[in-house]
Parts: sequence; C-alpha cells; structure tokens
Amino acid sequence: MQPIISVANLSKTYASGFYALKNVSLDIRPGEIFALLGPNGAGKTTLISTVCGIVTPSSGRVTVDGHDILDDYRAARSLIGLVPQELTTDAFETVRATVTFSRGLFGLRANPAHIEKVLKELSLWDKKDNTIRTLSGGMKRRVMIAKALAHEPRILFLDEPTAGVDVELRRDMWALVRALRASGVTIILTTHYIDEAEEMADRIGVISKGELILVEEKVELMRKLGKKQLTLHLQQPLDNIPPALAAYGLTLADKGNDLIYSYDARDAEHDSSSIAALLGDLAATGIHFKDLQTTQSSLEDIFVTLVSDRK
Amino acid sequence: MSNFNIFAVRAMYHFEMSRFRRTLMQSLIAPVLSTALYFVVFGAAIGERMQQMGGISYGAFIVPGLIMLSLLTQSVSNAAFGIYFPKFTGTIYELLSAPVSYFEIVLAYVGAAASKSIILGLVILATAATIVPLEIEHPLWMMLFLVLTSVTFSLLGFIIGIWADGFEKLQIIPMLIITPLTFLGGSFYSIDMLPPLWRTISLFNPVVYLISGFRWSFHGTADVGISISLGMTLGFLAVFLAIVAWIFRTGYKLKT
Ligand SMILES: Nc1ncnc2c1ncn2[C@@H]1O[C@H](COP(=O)(O)OP(=O)(O)OP(=O)(O)O)[C@@H](O)[C@H]1O
Ligand SMILES: [Mg+2]
Repeated sequence: MQPIISVANLSKTYASGFYALKNVSLDIRPGEIFALLGPNGAGKTTLISTVCGIVTPSSGRVTVDGHDILDDYRAARSLIGLVPQELTTDAFETVRATVTFSRGLFGLRANPAHIEKVLKELSLWDKKDNTIRTLSGGMKRRVMIAKALAHEPRILFLDEPTAGVDVELRRDMWALVRALRASGVTIILTTHYIDEAEEMADRIGVISKGELILVEEKVELMRKLGKKQLTLHLQQPLDNIPPALAAYGLTLADKGNDLIYSYDARDAEHDSSSIAALLGDLAATGIHFKDLQTTQSSLEDIFVTLVSDRK
Repeated sequence: MSNFNIFAVRAMYHFEMSRFRRTLMQSLIAPVLSTALYFVVFGAAIGERMQQMGGISYGAFIVPGLIMLSLLTQSVSNAAFGIYFPKFTGTIYELLSAPVSYFEIVLAYVGAAASKSIILGLVILATAATIVPLEIEHPLWMMLFLVLTSVTFSLLGFIIGIWADGFEKLQIIPMLIITPLTFLGGSFYSIDMLPPLWRTISLFNPVVYLISGFRWSFHGTADVGISISLGMTLGFLAVFLAIVAWIFRTGYKLKT
C-alpha cells in the first residue's frame, strides 16, 4: 500500500547547532494510528513540526500523499490537521470564531454545519460563544482539536493530546481518536503514557536523541520483546537449582523462596507444553509450591529497556 | 489546488479586523483624542498668534501633518503588533502549517493594518473638519497619499513585528524614529521657515516628502514638488516590499 506520509532520510539541525533529527526514515500507512514514543527532548515535536511545515528540514524529503511538503506545500498541508503540544489559543476570540477561522485558513468555504458537528463531538457546543480565555485547560485542548478538525483533514497529528487531561477526558479522547480512525483518518500521536500507546496504537515508533530506533506493529512488538515470567512461591526455600531442572534456565529469588521461569510470550501461545513439562519435572524432583503468578512486560518495560540500552 | 487561497486571506483579514473592533477604544478613540488636543493647543491657542501660512490659517495648515503623524505611527504599530502577537502567543503555528503562501499572509495582515489606518485617517480628518474650516483641493490625490502611506508604513510595521522578539523592540522604532521624524518633518511648520542649513538637513528626512505631498493635496502648496513626494512614497513602498520578500525567501525569524 502507498504510504500516506513518507519521511526519507530526514535530518534537522537547529540554528543553535543542535542536531534534533538524525536521518529519520518512516512510512505512515493510510488509516493507521501511529504512536511516537520517546523521552523528553527526543525529537518527537521536531519531527511532527517538520512534516507540518513549521520547521524547515535541513536535509531529506517528506511527502504527504505523494505531495512534497516543500514544493507542493499547499496540497500537502491541506490534508493535515495539527494539534500542537502547547496550548496556544487566541484568548479573546470565541470558540466558534476561532474554529471557523481555522477552516478558512485551510482554504475551505465556510460550513457552519460542519463546525457545529465538530463542536458537538467535542462537547463544546454550549461553549461556542464563550471567549477562549474563559475556558478550562481541558476545554482549551478540545478547542485546539476542533480547530485541527475544522477542515476535515485526512491526517491528524496529536502532539501529547492527553497531557494534563483528566481520566474521563482521556477516555473521551481515545473514543474520538477511534471514531476518527473508523472514518478513515490517519492519526499520528505522541504520548508519554505508554498505556495510551498500548491501548490505541496500531504501530509504535520509538525515537531517542533524534534517531528513530524502532518501528514495529504494536502486537508484534509486544510479542517480540514481551517476556512472560512465571513465579512460583515455594513451600521450602531452595539453596540452588537442582541439576535435573537445568534445561529451563530458572533463577531463584527472595532468598530461595521464589523460583522464576522466563519464557517468550509468543512461544507460549504456540505451545504451552514447556510449562506443563516444567511443572511435571518439579513434582518429580519433589519441589512443591504454594502459589504461582505470571507477569508480562508492558510496553513501558520494553520502552525503558530500549532507551536505556542505548545510553 | 488553486494558486491563491482566497478563503485564507479573507479569514486572516477578518480575524485582524475583528481584533480592531474589539479594541476600538485604543485603536480609534485614543489617536482621535490626541489629535483633537493638538488642534486645541496648536491650532486654537498658539495658532491665533501665528501668521497665516501662505494664505491658510495655521489650524488648517497643520491638519495634513497631524493626520500623517497618526497614520505613520498607527500603521507601524498596528501592523507590528498584528504579526508579533501570534508569534508571542504561539498561535503562529497555525499560519505556518496552513496551506497559505507568505504573500497571502502579507496581503491579509498588511491589508488589515492599512485598512485600520485609512479608517483612522478619515476619522481624524472628519474630526478636524469640525474644528477648523477645511478645503481639500485634490481629494483624489489626498486619498492616494492616504492609502499609499498606510500601506507603505503597515509594511514597515510588519517587518518590525517579524524582527521584534520582545515588546520593547515593538515600541522602539515608532518611538525613536517615526515620531521624531514626523515632528521634524514639517507637521507643524513649513520647512521654508527654517534657516538654510536646517532646511537642507530636513530634506534628508523622508517624512518631509510624505507630509509635503499630503499637504499639497489639501492646500495646493508644498515644500517640495508633488512628483518628488509621490516618487519618494513609492520608493519607500518598493524598499519595504523588497525587505518583506527577502524575509520570506529566507524564512527569517519565522521558521526554525
Ligand atoms: N527552536 C529550537 N532551537 C534549538 N533547539 C531546539 C528548538 N526546538 C527544539 N529544540 C531542541 O531539540 C530537541 C528535540 O526537541 P523536541 O521538542 O522535538 O522534543 P520532544 O521529543 O517533543 O520532547 P517532549 O517530550 O519534551 O515534548 C530538544 O533537545 C530541544 O531542546
Ligand atoms: Mg514535544
């Protein structure tokens, strides 16, 4: 499938000499939700700003639905809606005026019906005549989303949409993002909440110090890197692992009270015989346990491991 | 994709004009009030004791200069503020990420600032007409100078707004350059009244030509020829246009 956004060998050096993006290449598929993760200062906003035309690339090429973002910026930009990280709004404008302004700016004829629909979807309709400065932070964030949706974009960038947002609004936003995706909009979001990426994303990219260090299907990433651990709380502590169990690569913890077995989540899905075999061998060796528990590493663990590996 | 985003120009222009309406007090009342004060002080109080200026009462003589004074300072500060403010609040992100060309941004922002100045100039003119008897000999030329000056100095304001990275810088050029040059540019006197040396020095003051041309359109007399005045005004326009073109070619201070 033809990518909707294609980033090729993109680099950005700021005027200060800071190397914010290093040779980033990335294809975004039409209709997907792509989550961009990375620590503070990794270059997420820089990458988004470059695609949207706010930051000029130092080298490399970006196309949006085949349109070069520099040579054919009108066509490229009219497909994109951007919700920036910072809450920047015209304090003295009314909600409706600012959203109508955004639609005009993107070259579309006024369409009050569409503006009404967007404001209603974001629960802003009863605030439509309020000036923005009288809104709460969460409402301002929704105004920014409404502005980005005013011109019916096919691609939506959400730069940390849920930073400083309460649980309920977060759920609402997730629902909105899903509804947009269902209507065919491609969504690229950044977040520091890994559960959010885990919950929402189809694919995940991890960026660190300006380099895109990983792009993977979320499910695949979970499988590939997702270790599962089986912890057995023993009835009697062990001093060391009996030789008969050496093949399992077990480790002891909690002064010999816990026996830990690590295995690949993916392997376990295909065949659970190794666990059955382990339990059988344990019984044969005369080791008894009083309780057991399994854990699977979250995206967060994966992410922390990835980023710290590179330090 | 069309080559001109008319909806965007309209949206930006409308946005700027509604900011103008919201701040009508500062935008209109303040300059009108200060101009009225000038009339009272210079026109009525002092003017009574002044000779006629080439057959024109002193009160009527200073009208074109006073309008120019407001036109220049207000064009510069309106346009400077108009583009500086989105940079300051961060809302400029939307302009930069929208399918609009720099030309369209200039057209809308400078157009709006110039519109405000033209309205302001006409309001001051109307105010003056209620205080001093006024005749305009060349109304079309008057309008031409009014429009040209508003556009030209709104462009200058736009340049300042892009260049400025703090509120002080926004104020500094109008305060340190425009206002003195306007005062010394013959707003309140004819440069023919000056000693020869100062007269020569005054001819290096570009504002002299603007005021002179404008005054000619009112009273039919001027310090310098009308064609020189028009030429100088167009010259400024060309210089500022060139600077704006350069800013946008290089993305100076707009994009990182
Ligand atoms: N205009 C600028 N001039 C110089 N350096 C900049 C500029 N903007 C960003 N940077 C630097 O580029 C790096 C990447 O910044 P960026 O905003 O892209 O990070 P981020 O991944 O979005 O971080 P966060 O999670 O904190 O939002 C940072 O080190 C930042 O200091
Ligand atoms: Mg960021």
